Parts: sequence; C-alpha cells; structure tokens
Amino acid sequence: MRLLINKIVLGLSTLSALIGLGFLAWILITLFIKGLGSFHFSLFLNDLIDGGLRNLIVGQFILAAIAAALGIPLGMIAGIYIQEYGRGKYAEIIRNLSDIMMSAPSIVIGAFVYAIVVVPTGGTSGAAGAIALSIMMLPIVINTTDNMLSLVPKELREAGIALGASKYKVIIDIVIKAAKVGIMTGILLAFARIIGETAPLLFTSETSNYFSLDLSESFPSLTVSIYDLANEPEESSRDLAWAASFILTVLVLAINLTGRFFTRNKGGK
Amino acid sequence: MPVMQLNDFSFTYPGVSHPSLKNINIEIRKNKITALIGPSGCGKSTLLRSMNRIHDLYPGNKYEGSIELLNTKTNKMENILNIKKENEFIELRQKVGMIFQKPTPFPMSIFDNVAYGLKIAGIKNKTQLEGRVEQALKDAALWREVKDRLGKSAMGLSGGQQQRLCIARAVAVKPEVILFDEPTSALDPISTGAIEELLVELKKDVSIAIVTHNMQQASRISDYTAFMYLGDLIEFDKTEHIFLNPKEKQTEDYITGRFG
Repeated sequence: MRLLINKIVLGLSTLSALIGLGFLAWILITLFIKGLGSFHFSLFLNDLIDGGLRNLIVGQFILAAIAAALGIPLGMIAGIYIQEYGRGKYAEIIRNLSDIMMSAPSIVIGAFVYAIVVVPTGGTSGAAGAIALSIMMLPIVINTTDNMLSLVPKELREAGIALGASKYKVIIDIVIKAAKVGIMTGILLAFARIIGETAPLLFTSETSNYFSLDLSESFPSLTVSIYDLANEPEESSRDLAWAASFILTVLVLAINLTGRFFTRNKGGK
Repeated sequence: MPVMQLNDFSFTYPGVSHPSLKNINIEIRKNKITALIGPSGCGKSTLLRSMNRIHDLYPGNKYEGSIELLNTKTNKMENILNIKKENEFIELRQKVGMIFQKPTPFPMSIFDNVAYGLKIAGIKNKTQLEGRVEQALKDAALWREVKDRLGKSAMGLSGGQQQRLCIARAVAVKPEVILFDEPTSALDPISTGAIEELLVELKKDVSIAIVTHNMQQASRISDYTAFMYLGDLIEFDKTEHIFLNPKEKQTEDYITGRFG
C-alpha cells in the first residue's frame, strides 16, 4: 500500500513537473523558431526607423544601467541598515514595506512615476523610465542584501569587534565580503528582472524609433517597442517583434545563468 | 599577580529580570591559565564575554560591580565597566583578545587575517607588518604550514589550522589577556592537542582565561580553575586543589561526574 502511494505521488509530481517544463519549452521553442527566422545580424546595426533594433537594445541597457546605478547603492545601504543597525520597530517597518514593494504590480509603479515625474516635467522621458526601473529594483536589492547579511554568522562579527575593529569597519571589511557572492547574485537577478520589464516604462520613458542619449525625452526601449510592434498590422513589424523578443530572452537568460554560476561557485575559490 | 580582577560582578541580559551572573569574585593571574568549568548554562561563557565587553555589541545589558584590568603603563587597575567611548573600547579589545568556539577566519588572505588587528591598531609600515605577521604565525605554530601560501584565502585551511590562525590574529596585537571560549570543542583530537600545547606555550607572554566543557582539558593545561554553577562562582582555586581535594561538595560532585 505504501509503495503504491509512493508511486502515485511520484507519478503525479513528475507529471506536473513535465507540464510546467513543457510549457516553458513550448515558449522557448516558439520564440526560437519565430525569433531566429526573422533574426538577422543587421538588426544590431540599424535603428528601428530603418528596420533594426540597435537603438532599442542600447536604450534598454542605458535605462537599466541608470536604474542599477540608482537602485543598487540605495538598496544595499538600506539592506545594511535593517540588518546591521536597525533595531526593533523601524527596521521591521522598512523590511515589511520593502516586501510589499516587491510584490507591487509593476504597472502601478509605472503609474506612480507617471504622476510624480512625467506629469510635472511635462512629458515622458528616459529619466522617468530609469526612475521607475530603479524603484522596481530597490526592494529586490534590499531584500537580498538583508538576507545575505543575515546568513553571515554572528561569531564573525564578534571576532572583528574582538580585534578592536569598530562596527562599521567590521561590516565593510568582513561582513560584506563574506556575503559578497550572495549579494552579487541578487543584484544580477534584480538586473535581469528589470531589463525585461515593460509596464514601468510604458508611460514613463515610452520608446523612440531613433537613437537617443537624451534622457529628457522619450527614450528607446526594447520591451515597449516589442509591445508596440506586436500590435501593428504589418507582418514585418511582428517579425521584428519576434526577433526583439528572442534577443531579450537570450539576454535575460544569460544574466540569470551568470548569477547562478556565481552562486554555484560560492564555496570553491 | 592579577592582570584582571572581578569584584562582586553581576551581569543581567536585556529583558531578563534576574542576573545571569551573581556576585562573582575572581582574578586572572599574570602568565597563568585560568579555566572556567561548569555545566551548560552556568554562566561561564557569559562571564568570559564580560571580560572584553563583547556583550556590548547587543545593547541593554546590565553590569554591576567591577572588572579591573591592569594598565601596564601606570601599573594601576582600571575598571573596564566605566568604558563608554568607542576608542576606549578599541583599546580594551586590543588588550583583551578573544578566540571563539568555531574558528572565525575572515574572508581574506591568511596574511590579511593576521594583519587585520595590526592595521586597525594603526601599523601601516609594510616591513613592520610582515615581521609582526610572521612572528604571530610562528607563535601560533602555524608558520611552517602556511609560509608558502600567505596570499591564499584563509578559508582553504583546515579547522585546526583556522583556529590557530585566529590565535595568531589575536596574538599579533600583543594583548595582555586572551579569552578562549571553548576553543577546541569543534576540533578533532589531534588539532585539540596542538591547541592545548600552544596555550601552554603562549602563557609565557600572555595571561589566559579559557572556558571548557572538557574537564581533562582543564586539568591538563590550567593553573587555576573556577567552578561555576547557575550563575554563581562555587569555588576558585589552584587547579590541583579543585581536582584533587575540592572544598565544596558541588564541585566534587561535578568533577567526579555525579551531575552536570
């Protein structure tokens, strides 16, 4: 009897795993076939206005990089505060707020930035898009920093203090170093997350058909353009959307895999 | 001669109504090993952790009585419970080092581990640093094993080597007292033997207080032994007196293994 139950449970869990993986494979294969079909190297050389994706890819990276430059330091400092310095209620409130922010729908964050940046400045801009992405990133960075620092044994902190180091020195020299790999992984995953976001950009940075480095105007974005292109009637636009989706997926996958690679090599040096 | 003296010392953890240590009177003598023994929860680690005020890492503790530490410059005893300023704490911890139960190598190279306390103490000169690191590693009987890989990560050392590295790190800043909190309980018998030999060797230069669960260890290496029970110091005497003819019945019961 027990053997039978064992077999049934094993069968069911294998089945659900297969269903899940099946859908994932389906998505990837479709993306691969359709994306690769319309993929051409010249996509990297031309801007959208000339039927390429160059400006979009560069734009997406610039937006994500600015968001990271804003979100990572702020998030790390906040994470360090709640894990190392904050005591009692305040730290707990910030921790909970950050958890809530993490599950906030990205479209809401887009709407929020629309209200506080786009409306007062009179139009969509790359800056607004980067701010929206950094808000997306912030709770993830806070959360990983907080969690990774909490994994550092308290004896290590005490050992630093016992050698006469001050608390901030112990945190900078020892604790963060000990948690480095985990924090780096978290940051990479956060980056992978925001680089594929559409909703926060939809009405903050919008997108642009032209190459641009001017953050005060609508800014080229790969994800928003995928959304636009997919809605257009021409076959060629939709093919371009597939190619863009394919490139985006490969990028996100690569960043994710790099992150996992770091985690796996955590112990060995 | 005592380098550290506790007078009617009581200690209460934050949020607890009664003290974990009650009216402890004990002294750590110069160039001797003082062992603190007693069953789990008797307060021996709490006592040890008061001696460099590492408790202060977590706010809200209550200290009563006094813990006096010999100032070697003025030859006077100074109460470390009066310390409030950050730089005084740093000074205290440079005088009173600590080794923990689990080895605590920092995630950096072997050299940087040993040099860490020295750099904090303000030594920047490279040749001076190298000399002090080498001497400390020799003092900790680790030099021969690591001299060819000082630049490698300390995480690659074995548990026993890591513990000796931590001892080297503590010895490097030339403290007056080193506190050992069950330094061998995470180690195998061979590494334990090496650490015990090392302690006996080290007492030429430094005074030692050690918390141990292992009574054979206390009798093998210590000169003085304190037996503690439920936050009280039951008996404190020369080690041979404690082990051969203890005055208190509780001590005798514990030593002979009748409880604990």
